Amino acid sequence: MTRSMTCSAGPWLAALLVLGYGAPLAAGQAPLGLPPVPIPADNPQTPAKIRLGELLFNDQRFSADGKVSCATCHSPDLAFTDGLPVSEGFRGQTGTRNAPTVINSAYMQTLFWDGREPDLESQSMQPPINPVEGGLADHQPILDVIRATPSYRGAFADAFGIDPDEITMEHVAKAIASFERTLVAGNSAFDRYLYGGETDAMTPSQIRGLEVFRGKGRCVSCHVIEQDQALFTDNRFHNIGVGFKRIRGAEEQTAAAWIEAKRAGADTDETVLTQANVSELGRFAVSEDMTEVGAFKTPTLRNIAATAPYMHDGSLATLGDVIEFYDNGGRVEADDPLSDFLSGGIRPLGLTEQEEDDLINFLHALTSPDYADETQTRAAAAPATTASTD
Amino acid sequence: MSKPIHRRDFLRRGGALLAASTLPLSLVEVAFGKASPNNFTFAYISDSHITHIRGSQFVRNWDRGLIRAVAETNLLDPKPDFVFYGGDIAQLGKPEEIDHGLEILSGLHARTYYVMGEHDYYLDLGEHWRYRLGPEYYSFDHKGVHFIVLNSILTWADWMNARWDDPMQRMRGMARLDNPEGQPFMVGERQRAWLEQDLAKLSRDTPIVVFSHSPLQKIYRGWNFWTEDAEQVQALLAPFDKVNVLYGHVHQIQYNQIGTIAFTSAMATAWPWPYPSTYKQAASYLPKLTVEMNRADPFFERDATGWQFVDMDTGRVDLHYQLPNNKNRVVAFDHEAGHPIDTEYQLAEQRTPAQIHY
Repeated sequence: MTRSMTCSAGPWLAALLVLGYGAPLAAGQAPLGLPPVPIPADNPQTPAKIRLGELLFNDQRFSADGKVSCATCHSPDLAFTDGLPVSEGFRGQTGTRNAPTVINSAYMQTLFWDGREPDLESQSMQPPINPVEGGLADHQPILDVIRATPSYRGAFADAFGIDPDEITMEHVAKAIASFERTLVAGNSAFDRYLYGGETDAMTPSQIRGLEVFRGKGRCVSCHVIEQDQALFTDNRFHNIGVGFKRIRGAEEQTAAAWIEAKRAGADTDETVLTQANVSELGRFAVSEDMTEVGAFKTPTLRNIAATAPYMHDGSLATLGDVIEFYDNGGRVEADDPLSDFLSGGIRPLGLTEQEEDDLINFLHALTSPDYADETQTRAAAAPATTASTD
Repeated sequence: MSKPIHRRDFLRRGGALLAASTLPLSLVEVAFGKASPNNFTFAYISDSHITHIRGSQFVRNWDRGLIRAVAETNLLDPKPDFVFYGGDIAQLGKPEEIDHGLEILSGLHARTYYVMGEHDYYLDLGEHWRYRLGPEYYSFDHKGVHFIVLNSILTWADWMNARWDDPMQRMRGMARLDNPEGQPFMVGERQRAWLEQDLAKLSRDTPIVVFSHSPLQKIYRGWNFWTEDAEQVQALLAPFDKVNVLYGHVHQIQYNQIGTIAFTSAMATAWPWPYPSTYKQAASYLPKLTVEMNRADPFFERDATGWQFVDMDTGRVDLHYQLPNNKNRVVAFDHEAGHPIDTEYQLAEQRTPAQIHY
């Protein structure tokens, strides 16, 4: 399952990172605060492949109604999300999960909220043929469109050196993944403060927020900050209490019914997006490990101020809501019931209002310069938070 | 990454070391040596240490551990024939603690059997526990297997029945690790006589499972990983071909083989204990077979805790440890080697190196 990865950025990365989504970098460098992008040995980065991947990423024809592309839910104008609680697919159908940002997805060890795919290449194959996303019956229409489009024929020849009739979904997926691996963004105020030695890059409130993040808030145990870089994820799965109310008291039946359906051949990708109760089984739906019921992948927090709403089901509108949720020990209201399967890392925090405000301000310090505008858009659209500038 | 440990998956995957689990029924019959035994599983939860604070308040962490184990146990598929609770429902033997623990355990969808732990016993010498749960030693038969439950946490009658100003002093004295005035656990003469009688009616090829709270073997006396009359109990069990002893108390994975007796411990739902050799630096007799667990991540309160389910497909107990925030482990009886092994980590080169950088 594990691909061999090369962790050097390679000669192409420098060229790739100036495509408009990242600050220009010298060869072999990663943005401030990030490690080198892992590149699979069987899918090296090339400018031709990346250009092709961007075209494919934005092509709406790869869907049943001709209106849904990758960018529909991962819009470049919305920090590669859609700003919705759960995504809308063809003919406005909704799934069960919030679209995570593609930014820095190059670093993820598994893809989707439940980690059901191991890499970007296998991830992008799923949405076009999901009945509430792209809505196609199979991948053939995608290949038909590509082969009938002269510009694609040339682009695939440039990227892979193949004839049109040799184009497969594997090529499509590799190109899209190569494009996605250019969407890396660090160099936030936090990065400049912690890794760049700019002591005034963060405000006093943000600096206090970092202390809460690392200390009383217990955030850093899952949203990891290392000594020389920070991905803000542990790439693991945790039940933090979100969404369990939908299957509360029915976990046993839901799990048993899903296992039975899975044995009978039910598709995981389709089922978790179309059946709200199965979706809430989280990682269990994939791993069948009883200790992973309701566990979802830790998302990165980079550019979090630009990617509202939050959580796997988009159920929390603002960063203030999220912090309140954690402060209550994994529930919206302090007297709500707790999930029986709650992670041992989640407990009431007893944060003061000042600490909550500082934490929110700190989370705003994780925005990369390229996405600062999106943050402004979100702030205007979202309900007011308790955030204040210092 | 976690591996699927769903039981059906496990049975389907098999694997060389676990081939015994996938034996056709005829061979299973041979393994049992009994007429038409059926394969079955039971779940095994232990050491919840429910702790009363005041009024209706209990320590959240220990409540959550038991709640989670109960919820996960209810997901077992196929359903377990019964659940066994390995002792120490309570922390200081208070009726409030036993009642609160039993209320959480009442969420289990299977019949539950109980063994006495010292934390359930030394406040009122087991009175409330017996009132709620019945006799403290007993036996029963299930699908060709003879199950025996012993109260192994008794000690010298003089000490137990001494004139205590406050029974809580006795409880706290027994609860304290490395207590210089600590008393050793024992099964005692009366239960050993009962055990001898109970065993007398069995043929030697009857698979036997003995539940005790303390190990019926001597590992480390300072923490009562110890039963003073272990050798005498072992001598009574020794004539039988397949004896399995399951114990709680140690809050860690241990396993051992003495003659025909296979020993395996249960994880706690409350907290992990360190291995005596790593913590006390004192002489201990931790079984050589045991592959020690890695240290717990203190952030995840459930790390290095857990519960287990047991399959009896071969007349031996194979323990499937369910370990939140960790990799699940399986300790199964290796019929060729004649003792339990960790199916994944037994060989030194297959172990996960301990973390040395923090």
